[in-house]
Amino acid sequence: MEQFTIPDKVKRWSMMFMAIGGLALIFGIASLFMGGDEHAHHHAVARFWSNLLINGFFFFGIAACATFFMAVNYAAESGWWVVIKRILEAIGSFMPYAGVLLFIVFLAGAFHMHHLWHWMDASVYSEFMIESAEGVKYLSEQVEGAIRNPHFDEIIAGKRPYLNEIFMGIRIIVIFGGWYWFWKVFRSRSLEEDLGFDRDRHFKNVRHAAIFLVAFGYPISTFVPWDFIMSIDTHWFSTLFGWYVFSGLWLSAMIVAILMVVWLKSLGHLREVNDSHIHDLGKWMFAISFLWSYLFFSQFMLIWYANIPEEVVYFQARIEHYPVLYWGMFFVNFIFPMISLMDRDKKRNRMMLTIMGIILFCGHWVDTYMLVAPGTMKEGGHIGLLEVGMAVGFVGLFAFVITKTLASAPLVAKNHPFFEESVHHEIH
Amino acid sequence: MSVGKKIYGLYNDDAILVEGAKTVVAKGIKVSDTYSPFPIHGIEKIIGIKWTRIAICAFMYGITGTSLAILGMYYFMIVDWPMDIGGKPNQYFLQNLPSFVPIMFEFTVLCAAHGMALTYFLRNWTLPGVSAKNPHPRTTDDHFAMEIDPSENTSMSVEEIQGILKETGTVEVFEK
Repeated sequence: MEQFTIPDKVKRWSMMFMAIGGLALIFGIASLFMGGDEHAHHHAVARFWSNLLINGFFFFGIAACATFFMAVNYAAESGWWVVIKRILEAIGSFMPYAGVLLFIVFLAGAFHMHHLWHWMDASVYSEFMIESAEGVKYLSEQVEGAIRNPHFDEIIAGKRPYLNEIFMGIRIIVIFGGWYWFWKVFRSRSLEEDLGFDRDRHFKNVRHAAIFLVAFGYPISTFVPWDFIMSIDTHWFSTLFGWYVFSGLWLSAMIVAILMVVWLKSLGHLREVNDSHIHDLGKWMFAISFLWSYLFFSQFMLIWYANIPEEVVYFQARIEHYPVLYWGMFFVNFIFPMISLMDRDKKRNRMMLTIMGIILFCGHWVDTYMLVAPGTMKEGGHIGLLEVGMAVGFVGLFAFVITKTLASAPLVAKNHPFFEESVHHEIH
Repeated sequence: MSVGKKIYGLYNDDAILVEGAKTVVAKGIKVSDTYSPFPIHGIEKIIGIKWTRIAICAFMYGITGTSLAILGMYYFMIVDWPMDIGGKPNQYFLQNLPSFVPIMFEFTVLCAAHGMALTYFLRNWTLPGVSAKNPHPRTTDDHFAMEIDPSENTSMSVEEIQGILKETGTVEVFEK
């Protein structure tokens, strides 16, 4: 069976990327303790934790969506994808790393190390307060000596039953833990299958995948984007926000799969993957780009048209302070794939897919940046050395983890019942 | 198009037809078409049918739709009868563009889809009232036919072609 060993070059590069990321991390932490006025300190804190949130969320989403795509193919009992199955599994293996990081960002917020989610601040959701020599104490009920809290925000207080630290912590643990468990079962069954085929295992996978699609579909379009991203702009809400976020992450996951396949083929691996598989992956990249653009525009147009103040603030924060980044990333993520990938032959062209893949990957990273930064840093955010360094570090860690998982098992799942079908996959 | 009779080989399995087509083509015979109740993957490469240009048509129909939608809305909503909807700037097309995008999109899809369907029907001449062209009624059910035009294969006699066809596992060889 074909075995993949990590080339030294990749090890060196991923180490170097991680070193850059480490430097950026140290720089970020150092900036928290650097002098300056209160405003500068707040900005440094927001910037540092925003970066961790953006990258953690982006790469966690990629890993989760790769698992989702795997489950789609298991549940549909499709044949073509068998030869790229191990790559999707490998991408999914990044889930625990990014998941733990996101949980740390959450804990840091819950313990008031940063205020990315300002609904966690007691001074916002408490109706009453007692000022004394020891400091300010916030209360939800009127007691002796308490006065009304002038910063009380009724809307945030009303969201308190859902947006509270304990419930959010439980949601994260259950959802992330659950998804990781589903991935783990897929992976271990897949490795077992290398030892011998078992018909029951195949049908167990189908059921497992069907349950996962439900367990994934609901939280990825609701709780996960709501908790981590939408609650940054606590007053604002949009019903299709979850799908919008999900489509961008799913596209990024497909791009990573394409880049991995093209790269492994250029190394001489994956001989079973032919142009039809690459064409299919290219179609996914093309199609999900449109899904994303469609959802972006749907969300934008309805809010633009209705022009209701509490809804338009979200777009005002982005369009007024980040017009180039915001429209630029929409333009790149929509027009570029439309023009370059519409033609059939371009979807089979590995060079084109690689170039477009890298552009769109960066484009969707900027999209994730745009989801977070205008809310946490207002007009003060910009993509500087810290942002680039952290992103590069994450790419390094991501590459390191997924190549390690790839190398730990044969590259192709030869005993999958549809392996032959996949090898002979041919589309036009 | 030749007016002479054509030779048909009838098969009861698509895999046999594919193998048969490979053999026949390898002997230098030009297969002009095959008839099948469902698409046979890869047959167009074996018998050398040209790549469809319907994608190009679809693109042109789509562009036509987009242009018509833009022109239409520009005339209706800006030039002829500007309407104040929700306080939007009704004098300028560009400032109102987001509200026109859904119509542009839908009209593009409408034109592309209808144009493609009509082109397909016209090109294949499968219109209401047109008589069926398939050589054998069972090619719409469970049989598969291969069509060879003798006028395109003048280097061989009709009997020779029929002999080659019969060796490829046909259930019937006939002229029509």
